Amino acid sequence: MHDMSVHAAQHHAPPTGFIRKHIFSLDHKVIGKQYYGLALLAVFIGMFLSWLMRLHLGWTNLAIPGLHWLSSNGAPGNVMTPEYYLQLMTMHGTIMVFFVLTTAPFAAFGNYFLPIQVGAEDMPFPHFNMMSFWVTFTAFVVLIASFFVSDGPTLGGWTQYVPLSAVGAVGGPGEGMGVVLWATSIAIFCVGQLLGSLNFITTTLDMRTKGMSLWRLPLTSWAWFITSVMGLTAFAVLMPACILLILDHVAGTSFFVPSNLVINDQLQPHAGGSTLLWQHLFWFFGHPEVYIAIVPGMGIASHILVANMRRPMLSHRVLIYSMGALAILSYMVYGHHMFVSGMNPYSSIAFSFPTLIITIPSTIIVLIWLGSLYGSKLRINTASLFALGLISMFISGGVSGFFLAQPSLDIMLHATYFVVGHFHLVMAVAAIFGIFSGTYFWFPKMFGRMMNETLGKIHFWITFVGAYAIFMPFHYLGLAGNVRRYQAFVADYLQPLIPVHQFITVAALVTGAAQFIFLYNLIHSRFWGKIAPLNPWEATSLEWSTPSSPPPFDNFGGKHPVVYHDPYQYGIEGSTGDYVMQDSPEQIHSVRDED
Amino acid sequence: MATTVHQPPIVDRRRPASRPSHAGGNGRLVPPDGDLRAVKDAPTAASSTGVWVIVFGISMSFAALTSALVVRKGSAPDWRHLDLPSILYANTVILLASSVTVQIARRRIVSFVGRAGSWFSPPARWLYVTLFLGLLFVCGQYLAWSQLRSQGVYMASNPSSSFFYLLTVAHALHVLGGLTGLTLVIWRLSRAMLRRSTLDIVSRYWHFMDLLWLYLLILLKTKL
Repeated sequence: MHDMSVHAAQHHAPPTGFIRKHIFSLDHKVIGKQYYGLALLAVFIGMFLSWLMRLHLGWTNLAIPGLHWLSSNGAPGNVMTPEYYLQLMTMHGTIMVFFVLTTAPFAAFGNYFLPIQVGAEDMPFPHFNMMSFWVTFTAFVVLIASFFVSDGPTLGGWTQYVPLSAVGAVGGPGEGMGVVLWATSIAIFCVGQLLGSLNFITTTLDMRTKGMSLWRLPLTSWAWFITSVMGLTAFAVLMPACILLILDHVAGTSFFVPSNLVINDQLQPHAGGSTLLWQHLFWFFGHPEVYIAIVPGMGIASHILVANMRRPMLSHRVLIYSMGALAILSYMVYGHHMFVSGMNPYSSIAFSFPTLIITIPSTIIVLIWLGSLYGSKLRINTASLFALGLISMFISGGVSGFFLAQPSLDIMLHATYFVVGHFHLVMAVAAIFGIFSGTYFWFPKMFGRMMNETLGKIHFWITFVGAYAIFMPFHYLGLAGNVRRYQAFVADYLQPLIPVHQFITVAALVTGAAQFIFLYNLIHSRFWGKIAPLNPWEATSLEWSTPSSPPPFDNFGGKHPVVYHDPYQYGIEGSTGDYVMQDSPEQIHSVRDED
Repeated sequence: MATTVHQPPIVDRRRPASRPSHAGGNGRLVPPDGDLRAVKDAPTAASSTGVWVIVFGISMSFAALTSALVVRKGSAPDWRHLDLPSILYANTVILLASSVTVQIARRRIVSFVGRAGSWFSPPARWLYVTLFLGLLFVCGQYLAWSQLRSQGVYMASNPSSSFFYLLTVAHALHVLGGLTGLTLVIWRLSRAMLRRSTLDIVSRYWHFMDLLWLYLLILLKTKL
């Protein structure tokens, strides 16, 4: 237990000067907002790329006005080449998974609120924290730079399977410099995330204020802590993998490229490499990565629902244990991405079993959510609606996972749209809903103003219906045999599915357009929103105890809060009001004590 | 409270007076009553947890490279045995010695109640020895690489040489990081600003570099 009222160094005086305050800031709150800004930029770029992909899939020979400015090689006459489709698809996946789903729920909200929720003035290593953002930003710039090299970005998918990604330019457009830039960007990104995890873990373990035991931490703090431990382990493996890939490109090594590989009638100079090695290394990172994407969203949704239900979860501890179980099991299931890769089929059993086991903590979490909601009088606002939406998306996307977990079924479903529908619903959309939920909930604390509720609800309903309209049909497409990562569907059996693709494209464009309502709401409210009270949601955790919104430089105005209560003391018998803040000195005398 | 090597603490006038220097570094190194138990039992500084996190992360990376080595070795018959340059064993002794010297330095600093820090105070000498041995290690590694190059063994010559260069270069880069930390400790000691926690974590990282090298040497010897 580290209940310290005097903490390890509060390290830096209030900043002066524009650069120190807003650019190279040591303040975790500014760094959190910087990450959020990066994720916002990335999500709109990623969404734009998805629009281009969807237009091409619905109408293969469509000339998209202006596309030749993005790439003259890739879109002669504004019509996308097949390779360019794959390049856009790769960048869509990479940008979304790394720079949106890992950045926003974890790095952005976590950086902003974890220190406040534990009662600290800042993270223990503010310089590393600042570095982590700027390193991540550099990684983003390097990745985007691949759009502008002569060959364009890499086309191998965000998974960059070898040998295609390791053979160099002979593999196709973007497979030379594009891959090197991709791998460099991701290796740099890993460094940024490792620095971030360092801060998150030490903040949670060592910077808690007096009275804040681990069990008194809110669910978001637990989610960020568990995510940061996963990140530490996973990104530390991805980085050497990317270095090996770069070496295969620039140093003539053969870690991944096998012997006797002939491409375009040229025998490749590499020999002896193991193609499966890349998949093992990548997915050892890749599966924890999807939990890194969703666990913070689970924490955020739980935190917000509790505040709006006005009662704690059915079991606070079991929810935490389940999130921890997800983290531990996530390392044992990664081979379910490799059932048909050519690895020993018996190892498929070894991976399928824990994959089915991991559905247990996921289901427990869902049941705790649903059981807690049952009978509660949930306050409906945009934040709680998006939290409910996360649950809905997680269930819908999660059930298709049961099918994919079984090798015998996965033989048919692997690399079809069934998989694409699964991961978009369970990870991408659910996590995005978590981000939206967090934004609407915490905006008053971050900026001192409320977001517009009417616009928020319009945004929610269009996005909710639209996401289902886009991704539910993917399951049907996959079951019908529609292969993924194809830029056009020319086979006979796929022709009847093209109208489905066209429907999905329209849905995607409409849903995407609705995100501009959110963007408008965000910007407008930032400057002209209704001034927010200090605790508009009547919530109990420490972020709502700060003396101002946004919180002052040292979060609590020179005081160190002292925590007396568990989080989520809503509707407790014996308390004087409807809720008790964590740092309220009010003592609750339970009626039962007097029995 | 300022956690400095000597008594009484020197106020550093180069910083704004409002900047407090807290007890995050395990308090004063030598409490006035001489009772060291309070110092030893003090709560862990965040930097201590931090260095364990760093050690864990680096271990995971080298574990990934180890598994890559094992898989690559078994994936094709082109693996050729590599004779390790004999200078590696000398480098190992040097690195082990540097662990000993950093430990000596640590103990000397903790018990030092002498004059205000100078660049070359008695406890700092052992830090300089450690720094020197560390640099000697890196130079020795460079000699090992040069020796292999002179034999025509380069990174891409064979998968075994690829892993040799990869693992030893990766380790050497992390050692350079440790040398940066040692330099920081020397600098802070010279200005009487050294916290015990900084000293502890840098020496802990240094010992980890040592242990990591022993592991890598055994791995390279048995697998390459």
